[in-house]
Amino acid sequence: MKINSVLSNGKVVSQSKAKLKTEAVNLYYGSFQALRNISLEIPERAITAIIGPSGCGKSSFLRIFNRMNDLITGARVEGRVELDDINIYDKSIDVVELRKRVGMVFQKPNPFPMSVFENVAFGPRRHGKNNIGELEDIIERSLHQAALWDEVKDKLGQSALSLSGGQQQRLCIARVLAVEPEIILMDEPCSALDPMATLKIEELMRSLAENYTIVIVTHNMQQAARVSDMAAFLMMEEDRAGVLVEYGPTSELFTNPKDKRTEDYITGRFG
Amino acid sequence: MEIRTTFHKKLREIQDEVLVMGSMVGKAITSSVKALKERDLDLAHQIISDDLKVNQKRFEIEEKCVELIATQQPMASDLRIIIAILNITTEIERIGDYAMGIARIVIMIGDEPPLKPLIDVPRMAEQTVDMLRRSLDAFINRDAEAVKKIAAEDDLVDNLYDQIFRELLVFMAENPKTITRATRLIWTAHNLERAADRVTNICERVVFIVTGKMEEIGASKY
Repeated sequence: MKINSVLSNGKVVSQSKAKLKTEAVNLYYGSFQALRNISLEIPERAITAIIGPSGCGKSSFLRIFNRMNDLITGARVEGRVELDDINIYDKSIDVVELRKRVGMVFQKPNPFPMSVFENVAFGPRRHGKNNIGELEDIIERSLHQAALWDEVKDKLGQSALSLSGGQQQRLCIARVLAVEPEIILMDEPCSALDPMATLKIEELMRSLAENYTIVIVTHNMQQAARVSDMAAFLMMEEDRAGVLVEYGPTSELFTNPKDKRTEDYITGRFG
Repeated sequence: MEIRTTFHKKLREIQDEVLVMGSMVGKAITSSVKALKERDLDLAHQIISDDLKVNQKRFEIEEKCVELIATQQPMASDLRIIIAILNITTEIERIGDYAMGIARIVIMIGDEPPLKPLIDVPRMAEQTVDMLRRSLDAFINRDAEAVKKIAAEDDLVDNLYDQIFRELLVFMAENPKTITRATRLIWTAHNLERAADRVTNICERVVFIVTGKMEEIGASKY
């Protein structure tokens, strides 16, 4: 699919290359087909939202990009999934290295039961960084990027569980940023947060999109509309397999969708 | 602390574009009367072709408003600003049409000798353009008091129009050969009178942004 549109941050997508690409992807859980024939290109340094009714395979699709589905017994992917033109399902791919490049933020904030500092230091330590000066730099940078530094700089030693829900989620984003990924996958990152904390995360996403490629799954259509540059609408076919109905610039998908099924979904006529 | 900085930045950008559009149209009105005064047919043609750019600008602004409504779910004053912009750009676009109307009259008049020195028509244009400029300043500053005063100044434009109308009636009564030229000047004055009325509509939209109330202010006698 050719992507050429001006993003909300003024960038022209056709000039920013596709960071991720799927070609005729099928996903099976045992004999059940969860996704069918999905081909799309996700632009670099932009936010792409995946929307669709419950059970249409949004989260399954997101987990393809860091091979999280590998952890599910019986899961099988057909087709090509490329990161920077390299097939990430190739036998030569180191999955640990892949997940360092493709970070993930989950629905519920899930900080480790340790200090704020140790939460963010966890990833870098696992990747062999133990110099405390270097770790301090990484932690300050990551917390700044996650728009959390000012709120926690005086309590880095406190338990992460003492933070509010919104702060915990930004801590989880800082934890992802600490290992310097290129892509951040977000699986309904605001569904456990109140409206103000949600707006803060959305604004944070916009600033992160300057440097990172973000893919977000959300059941909140308004959030997809507010925050994303590109939007993909998935829905289930009769055999319950998820298919891609429409994919394009968010401004077009929400003002003038090409497919009647998209129109019906976003106007609340089904779903 | 402002949270929705990205959205508010986009909203400010649209308001800047409204100002640009207002200044394009203000210039068109001034030029149209200049073209009439100096019998500058080139300038008249230029005004007509520039009106396409004004229309284009209006569509661009409208599209951006539609996109913001669809994607950002604006609320309260943010929503009122966007709705007001949709109305204000329509009014500005129509003022642009009046400038184009005058330019067409200039072309119709061609090189006919002037009926009389133009004094009140340029005054009407000056007053109208000044009201337009100040109404858009008040729009940016959310100044409901200022726009009430500006709308009241529409009476000055109406009075000038009355004066021009009476004066030209005398010309026509005294010498029927002047009827064609006098009628064209009346059309010109009428375009300016309508343009000033459109400015009062912009003023009403500014009141709506500030108070949330839709009310008529400074109703024109025409």
